[in-house]
Amino acid sequence: MTDVINPPIEGTGFIPPPAVPVEPETHGHEEHGPTGILKWLTTTDHKVIGLSYMITSLALFYLAGMMALVMRLQLTSPSGSVVSFQQYNELFTMHGSLMLYLFAGPFAFGGLANYIVPLQVGAPDMAFPRLNALSYWLFLSGSVTMLLGFFVAGGAADFGWVAYAPLSNATNSPGAGADLWIMAIALTGFSAIFTGVNLVATIFYLRAPGMTMFRMPIFTWNMLVTAILILIAFPVLTGALIMLFADRHFGTHIYEVTGCMTTASPGHPAVADPNACGVPVLWQNLFWFFGHPEVYILALPYFGIVTEVLPVFSRKPVFGYKGMVFATMSIAALSTGVWAHHMFTTGVVLLPFFSLLSFAIAVPTGIKFFNWIGTMWHGQLRLSAAMLFCIGFLFAFLMGGATGVMLASPPLDFFTHDTYFVVAHFHQVLFGTAVFAGFAGIYYWYPKMFGRMLDERLGKWHFWLTFVGFWLTFLPQYELGLKGMPRRVASYPADLGWQSWNVVSTVGAFVIAAGFAVLLVNLWISWRNPVPAGSNPWDAHTLEWFTTSPPPHHNYTHLPPIRSERPTWDYNHPDTPTIHHGPSGNGHGPGGSGHRTGDGSGAAPSGAALQPPVGSS
Amino acid sequence: MRIESLFLLGVAVFFGCVGLIYWFLSYEDGGFLMLIGSCLLGLLPGSYYYYWHRRMGDRPEDRSDAEIADGAGVVNSFPASSIWPFVLGMGAFMTVLTFVFGAWFFPIGAGLIITALIGVTAESRRGGHV
Repeated sequence: MTDVINPPIEGTGFIPPPAVPVEPETHGHEEHGPTGILKWLTTTDHKVIGLSYMITSLALFYLAGMMALVMRLQLTSPSGSVVSFQQYNELFTMHGSLMLYLFAGPFAFGGLANYIVPLQVGAPDMAFPRLNALSYWLFLSGSVTMLLGFFVAGGAADFGWVAYAPLSNATNSPGAGADLWIMAIALTGFSAIFTGVNLVATIFYLRAPGMTMFRMPIFTWNMLVTAILILIAFPVLTGALIMLFADRHFGTHIYEVTGCMTTASPGHPAVADPNACGVPVLWQNLFWFFGHPEVYILALPYFGIVTEVLPVFSRKPVFGYKGMVFATMSIAALSTGVWAHHMFTTGVVLLPFFSLLSFAIAVPTGIKFFNWIGTMWHGQLRLSAAMLFCIGFLFAFLMGGATGVMLASPPLDFFTHDTYFVVAHFHQVLFGTAVFAGFAGIYYWYPKMFGRMLDERLGKWHFWLTFVGFWLTFLPQYELGLKGMPRRVASYPADLGWQSWNVVSTVGAFVIAAGFAVLLVNLWISWRNPVPAGSNPWDAHTLEWFTTSPPPHHNYTHLPPIRSERPTWDYNHPDTPTIHHGPSGNGHGPGGSGHRTGDGSGAAPSGAALQPPVGSS
Repeated sequence: MRIESLFLLGVAVFFGCVGLIYWFLSYEDGGFLMLIGSCLLGLLPGSYYYYWHRRMGDRPEDRSDAEIADGAGVVNSFPASSIWPFVLGMGAFMTVLTFVFGAWFFPIGAGLIITALIGVTAESRRGGHV
């Protein structure tokens, strides 16, 4: 039996209660399994895979951030010469692709979800551990494939992260870089699909007894909804990419319009043959059926993080638990019916339908905002770094969301389409979620993952630099967009008054970069001079804080009774339980807990003859 | 498993309704097919879960009064470690490079994939650790 004593949290004035004693687990796997790099290559442990996802995607995030700095430097002058136009095109393509396909999504549903969801539902691992490992290797090889583009003749892909046809065809984008981009997205797409299947199976089949669906933490709920969105959206993208590749190399005419003209004759000029030509806008139709849910695939996990952090640092249960769950479902459902609002200016979409559904998303999102504020209302707020990042997220996402409502209106969208206004909106939404809420998640769960604390003082420096830099960078871009500056340009006329706002934006980007450097310093200090975290340094509520930090192999040796969505809080605070359920409801007697582990030997579940098969792929 | 099945059937109902409305407003094939495809994606597993819910009743994780001990025993089979996901992933990596750099990658990729499939199948049948 090991007792872990929690240290006081510097800067918060909060001294957490003694941690729950947890016996170290010894299944014998770690003692006799592979060691060194072979241990990493052969791991099927969801925690190691989750950390691998997070480290890889954070490295790619820093790389994509450096690309953004180069682009911002280029734009400080109307005729910037930091990079060539071709290199600029490659940079914005790879910046967007790395951030969206390889950082924001994989960090959340590959990294955090992989690590946290099994812990939150009381499971020993993901439902399909080997499929989980395969997902990571596909993600890593997809990342390498995309970056290989910088090392081939012709350079990396240069058609933007949306790869619109006909710009992405073989005539306009020749070379291996574009093909590598297509293959990279296909690989990471399969990785995401496998992870989605794994998350759904884990949540449906491996919850601990008493962990009913409506007792699951909101983060787990959000990951479930995200996983369903992944399964809806990514297969469409994969199919669209295969058709794009076929157009480029196999002579098909799905999006392609070149080479399908009728033969000119006297009095009859050559025209496009409708029976032989492809439809370029079909790419947009398919891509955005993936692309808009993708925005919510990126956002919903981070909403989940915020909904975990705010109650803990407000010392209250989440306000409106079921409202949060149904708002998440509503956002996800509506997000799949708005794809063509990215195509308003094509003139071939049903404007009222897509505009109305786009406006409707504001309603469940507003409910979420209301509940987040309600959670903090009259709470005992502790402004830790994680909490500050959540509050920063609220400001950022509110602004990004409000401008999103503006863009849902076709007349306003016609005016600002493809301008920096859209760039500012997009970054406010995604930076607000993936970065602010993502960092909140890092500061919140780092002690659980590594058993050591991050420095709170440095964390607050990190936050304030990021917060100030964020507004400096993106507010001017709204103004630039309204002044007419188009996106994806490497130079601009000097007499339009755009330079000063671009300079402000660039200064902001470097302030953000300084904030990110502080995080690296913080990680370094934590690594060199570890401050033990204990099992529950924040006095948090959910099940993952019941086990040791870091958790043992297969996560738990015993579990507390689960009588609400805050089982760890209920166990640690028997005087203030979340919900009263009578004598056995919050029982802390020995009968209330039990052992529940995986056997690691391929045995079938006992006493579960009617259980649909889970498998062990 | 009732909530799980209703959750997925809800996906089916939503996409079915939206798909039909979209079709009668736009007569656009692509979007309609994707919406109906999403409807089926919810309908098939949702019906499956509902069937099992009707047949097996509530599991311990579906009961709000369940004790942890109710789920005691072996939960699932979890392999301790396995090299085959890595081999399979590298096989897929080499195979997609075939489409970019030429056919000489294909034998490597296909070889790795076949080796991994045999390896992971044998490992599953053995039921032990690597």
